[in-house]
Amino acid sequence: MSFINRTARAFFLVELLQGMACTLKYFFFRPAVTINYPFEKGPLSPRFRGEHALRRYPNGEERCISCKLCEAICPALAITIEGEVREDGSRRARRYDIDMTKCIYCGFCQEACPVDAIVEGPNFEYATETRAELMYNKAKLLANGERWETELAARIEADAPYR
Amino acid sequence: MADLLLNLWVEYLWPLLWIVILIVCIVLPLLIAVAYLTYAERKIIAAMQMRKGPNVVGPFGLLQPMADGLKLFLKETVLPSRANATVYFLAPMMTFFLALVGWAVIPFGEGIVLADINVGILYLFAISSLGVYGIIMSGWASNSKYAFLGGLRSAAQMVSYEVSIGFVLISVLLTVGSLNLSDVVMAQKSVWFFIPHLPMFVVFFISGLAETNRSPFDLPEAEAELVAGYNVEYSAMPFALFFLGEYANMILMSAMTVILFLGGWLPPMDIALFSWIPGPIWFIAKICFVLFFFLWVRATFPRFRYDQLMRLGWKVFLPLSLAWLVITASVLQFTGLVPK
Repeated sequence: MSFINRTARAFFLVELLQGMACTLKYFFFRPAVTINYPFEKGPLSPRFRGEHALRRYPNGEERCISCKLCEAICPALAITIEGEVREDGSRRARRYDIDMTKCIYCGFCQEACPVDAIVEGPNFEYATETRAELMYNKAKLLANGERWETELAARIEADAPYR
Repeated sequence: MADLLLNLWVEYLWPLLWIVILIVCIVLPLLIAVAYLTYAERKIIAAMQMRKGPNVVGPFGLLQPMADGLKLFLKETVLPSRANATVYFLAPMMTFFLALVGWAVIPFGEGIVLADINVGILYLFAISSLGVYGIIMSGWASNSKYAFLGGLRSAAQMVSYEVSIGFVLISVLLTVGSLNLSDVVMAQKSVWFFIPHLPMFVVFFISGLAETNRSPFDLPEAEAELVAGYNVEYSAMPFALFFLGEYANMILMSAMTVILFLGGWLPPMDIALFSWIPGPIWFIAKICFVLFFFLWVRATFPRFRYDQLMRLGWKVFLPLSLAWLVITASVLQFTGLVPK
């Protein structure tokens, strides 16, 4: 009996017609899920790890104290820091470089940072035309921080209850 | 002298010019149809996969085929260093030429046909069989293993499915009693042949998919194993010719399906509202319907394995179409319906 059943199903293309009914249903009744990318963008989690930024305190002072915890924890050895003691006696980074071609975006640097200075922001659209442009220095990172500060602060606040 | 010139014009030049005009009238819309078939394919498959398809170039992406064509036109034609140049360039031309030349006998309406020959079906069958040469030649002349394997597969596949297509054609011929395509259509005045010949309609459609190397039988261009199959070494215009040829073949195959099984240019019912619409429009609408099936099948099914393809062709379709041929002949003989 099962043989007859199977043969009849094969002969009348039952499975094939079911498949075609399925695609036809999608053709007529399912709207496209495509996002029109450069004009529309998908949602990002507040924990999304994108391009790096160095933040400042509200009074304009740099947060980074050149403790080098991020440099130490970075598994890809992408961060290079040289510290100095300023005339007012505070420690600050003289040099803070990130090689973005080495970075694996693990987020350890922002986890290690005791003063929330280095963070990974929501920006993922920073492709460049040359490799050299991806060797970020301190000026570039601080500029990123100024550019994205509103979002960065909002993200840190949104994630704070879960820490 | 003036007499001679007039004679030459009336007897020879004008008929020649007239035929060239007619050919342009068929080929030009066909090429535009091919261009927009690629667009329709992308849009329809996208809709079935919950995507949008091309929507950037022009309104609703309608200029996309033009952009694609322009891109192919501006690319460099690469000749592989160890290829046989003559055959290499002949192959795409042949594929394209054969895809167009079949349209000579297709009747678009009552009496609207370029060459109303009495062996129309045989002609179409011969032309579609010759199509395999373009592919074999390209596979051979490219001097590349992928192209060669793709060409071999394609040849084996097309030859296998032509056998069952042949038997399907014979079943239809027996019921019509003529090889003329216009006669085939007129014989379907009372009932379209897809009703009495329903199994053969299905067999013909599926064989048509295999014959035009369409999914799920697109093994010759299986990306996963053969990169792109027989056309892997081609670029720019030679590639475009293969591409156009493949899609023109699809339209030709749909036209054949319509003529043999779906009543050609005849309206579905001979009532006032339907018979007001001119025949060619019915014909084109039916071709579009069959083409939609081609695309629908492509969006639905995964590719066959090669041994499954051969099994289907030789062990299922061939006995089935052969049996149906015998049944048709017997029924016609015993009911006295044999056409005179």
